[in-house]
Amino acid sequence: MDLLAFGKTGWGDELFYATLMTLAVSITAMIIGFFFALIFTPLKLSKNKFLNLIGNSYTTVIRGVPELLVIYLFFFGGSGAIMFVASMFGYNEYIEINAFITGSFAIGIISGAYSTEVFRGAIQSIEKGQFEASKVLGFKKPLQFFKVIMPQMLRLAIPNLSNVWQITLKDTSLISVTGLVEIMRQSYIAAGSTRDPLFFYSFAAVLYLLLTYMSMKLINKLEVKYSKGY
Amino acid sequence: MDLELMVNSFPKLLNATLITLKLLSLSLIFGLFIGLIFAILRLKKNIFLNKFAYGYSYIFRGTPLLVQIFIIYFGLGQIEYLRSTFLWTILKEPYWCAIIAFSLNTGAYTSEILRSAFQTIKPGFIEAGKSLGISNKIIFYKIQIPIAIRQSLPAYGNEIILMMKGTSLASTVTLMDLTGVAKYIISTTFKPIEVFIVAGGIYLFMTFIIHNLIKFLEKKYSF
Repeated sequence: MDLLAFGKTGWGDELFYATLMTLAVSITAMIIGFFFALIFTPLKLSKNKFLNLIGNSYTTVIRGVPELLVIYLFFFGGSGAIMFVASMFGYNEYIEINAFITGSFAIGIISGAYSTEVFRGAIQSIEKGQFEASKVLGFKKPLQFFKVIMPQMLRLAIPNLSNVWQITLKDTSLISVTGLVEIMRQSYIAAGSTRDPLFFYSFAAVLYLLLTYMSMKLINKLEVKYSKGY
Repeated sequence: MDLELMVNSFPKLLNATLITLKLLSLSLIFGLFIGLIFAILRLKKNIFLNKFAYGYSYIFRGTPLLVQIFIIYFGLGQIEYLRSTFLWTILKEPYWCAIIAFSLNTGAYTSEILRSAFQTIKPGFIEAGKSLGISNKIIFYKIQIPIAIRQSLPAYGNEIILMMKGTSLASTVTLMDLTGVAKYIISTTFKPIEVFIVAGGIYLFMTFIIHNLIKFLEKKYSF
């Protein structure tokens, strides 16, 4: 237990902050993913063949390629891409972007592909009559979406979004390869300096289990709240 | 775009794909066995066996695959006792450690898929078998298992694709699989986009093949 003491003698506080970091990256990635889903879901549902192709390639490529490969692309390519854009504005110094931003972005794009699929499924399972009824009542498109479609869509999407959240949470462990100090990286450091990998990696597993367990409890509550009318 | 690099790296990446495929196929075979055993345990009325199987799938599905590989590869070597047994000849190889981790992981997901397939079998099938005087054992092997396998094909297809992506983690324990070689080429040439396109293309091609194979099987065994 000495190994987990807080302060200078143990790894308790380091692991605590690392857990917060994992949570922060997961939440940021999930929000970035929602933005991507907001852009790509309409594309996937659109009748225009070209827009449809863009939407489909996003979800197909991201869901068919390993997460680790996507992270390497961002880790090695991220600052290059930013520097390329900056050079167009006449800025030629070296720019290094921080691991938190690259990591959340990489995981966010992955999580966005899964969220897109969830939203698409949810919208498609809303009855056609709902669209028609709101049209007949003279709702404009944005109003129709926010007042009629979205509330119903969210209810249908919550169970599947909880799966996306679990995937996202577990995917953040892969960012440790870029050096961001979250649970896995901190365990790696602790295991290296104490020569006790079995304990620290098992403890990391416990931390992840705790995170998934607690988020499941929370999401179940949300689910009950949103399905009140049914 | 550096087309020359893309052409040059293609054979190297293709070579590494063989390791990815080996890891994938072995893990899937072992995982299917583990999954079937634990799915059967989940259907047992014995509370102890049932809870044990549930705990197994909960732990392996609730933690990242990376943690599982690290515990097996870095962690188990720490136990002195293990080092003296014959198990050590297996556990000191990163290749087998990765396969053990992948098999246990995919086994947990497979057990959930098979369990729900067993539970959705209509009782009429089993009753029909009973009324024909077929023994419970044969009902299980000849009626329940074939139906369960057919029911779980779509979900299992997804699991195969997830596992294929999972094998990329073998690169974290020094194995040179497709992702490992891709990372090596990226870090020596600093051309991430070109390598990503080639390696990603190979992965997408494999996804495409698996997807169509499962679709073909679904059609063949539909009833």
